[in-house]
Amino acid sequence: MSIVFALFSLTLPVVASEADTTHSGDTEEFKAGELIMHHVLDAHEIHIADGLSFPLPIMVYTQNGFDVFSFGNFWDDHHHPSKTYKSESTGNIYAYDHGHVSIVDEAGEEIAHSGWGVSDASFMDLSITKNVFGIFMAVALMLWIFISTARAYAKKGIAAPSGLQSMMEVLILFVRDEVAKPSIGKKYERFMPFLLTIFFFICIGNLLGLIPFLGGLNITGNIAVTATLAFFTFMLTSISANRGYWLHIIAPPGVPWWLLPIMLPIELIGLFNKPIVLCLRLFANITAGHIIILSFTCLIFIFNQSSGAGVAYGVSVGSVLFSIFMMCLELLVAFLQAYVFTLLSALYFGQAVEEAH
Amino acid sequence: MDLVTPGFGLVVWMTISFLVVFFLLAKFAWKPILKSLKEREETIEDALEAAEKAKKEMRQLKESNEAMLNQAREERDLLLKEARESKNQVIAEAKNKAKEEADKILASARDEIKNEKAKAIEELKNQVAAISFEIAEKVLAEKLSDADKQKESVTNAINEINFN
Repeated sequence: MSIVFALFSLTLPVVASEADTTHSGDTEEFKAGELIMHHVLDAHEIHIADGLSFPLPIMVYTQNGFDVFSFGNFWDDHHHPSKTYKSESTGNIYAYDHGHVSIVDEAGEEIAHSGWGVSDASFMDLSITKNVFGIFMAVALMLWIFISTARAYAKKGIAAPSGLQSMMEVLILFVRDEVAKPSIGKKYERFMPFLLTIFFFICIGNLLGLIPFLGGLNITGNIAVTATLAFFTFMLTSISANRGYWLHIIAPPGVPWWLLPIMLPIELIGLFNKPIVLCLRLFANITAGHIIILSFTCLIFIFNQSSGAGVAYGVSVGSVLFSIFMMCLELLVAFLQAYVFTLLSALYFGQAVEEAH
Repeated sequence: MDLVTPGFGLVVWMTISFLVVFFLLAKFAWKPILKSLKEREETIEDALEAAEKAKKEMRQLKESNEAMLNQAREERDLLLKEARESKNQVIAEAKNKAKEEADKILASARDEIKNEKAKAIEELKNQVAAISFEIAEKVLAEKLSDADKQKESVTNAINEINFN
């Protein structure tokens, strides 16, 4: 999201060059789609403003061994990742193209690309990317906020909360009284640590994505992050599920026997449907929000190209206003999506531990 | 790093990070925080309960006080009533006695007067008889000497009689 604020605070020409850098600068044509995707997707650098980028470490595990090197090794004189890098320890030659690190031969032809295993044609990419950096930041923030909150409780005992503690208490009580208790019932206590962790992780992840000049973090708008979160919800649901829960899936009570062959696949789909929907909802909501804000900004440059600078300046007024509106809406969505994810997780836990009735 | 295909590295880092933050926070943050919140709520609940109990006791105390006060008031009224009754009784008795006494005195006075009167009449009778005898004696003596003298002596005798 930093680009949005860079656009607002800096002037048009600076941003125009920013747009150039995103597609290798070979043409002057502005491609909004490319620019937006570039900022929504993960990256190997933290782009603060034009000409101010921090390369992040690339860590790969190949069949020849482990390699760690800076993304800056791919940069040419204009900070374009167009060079290749030859590792001395493994002898691999690495190249970078459109967000992907790959291993190439001497001629520049791709030999192996990143994947889920290690083989001749595949290697594991464990790089500290922009989003991994963002996750670390969210984790560090959470540890700092909540351990200091816990310390405040230890110090004050049962006295009234103050400062950060009182702000967090509202949210913690909200998760406990509005999410966990009504959804799970009297067994809510054992799920509280997980529900609080996902609520605050998603919330902080969403909010980090709205902070400008952080390199445009999009943690919770990344499907890998949301899929992992949903996987944990699914695992916890399955582990804590009682006999009744599985019985409902295998043989729903009250259903005639001849319907069971139809019901079983439906129930099984429903079982896996829950985490998939959780994952996609969060991912789609946050990504969509980012895309909309970026689109309003891009409108200025599209009009600049098609109708000239004068019209673009006129359009910028509307764009900025709509972007501000969207930012406010995204602030709401940041909390709302954290709430929805946590609430649905709590409902699934509630179904899993529900007493037979 | 495409939009809808999860990247391997990110999944790995996310899993590690999430597990680390989950276990660290569960141990060092959520447990003490939730415990403190629960403790505080229980304390507040206890305090409220105690206040409610105290209020109830207070009300009971007030009620018993009121009852005692009412009883005392009733007793006082009863005592007053009894006192008034006994006063009236005493007065009435005293009046009766006084009247009786007065009647008795009157009756005895009357008796005495009657006696005295009877005695006086008796005495008068005796005196009249004596005087009559004396007159008769003198008249008879005079008659025996002179007729004029008889007359004179009777007149004298009558004049001499002092009726008192």
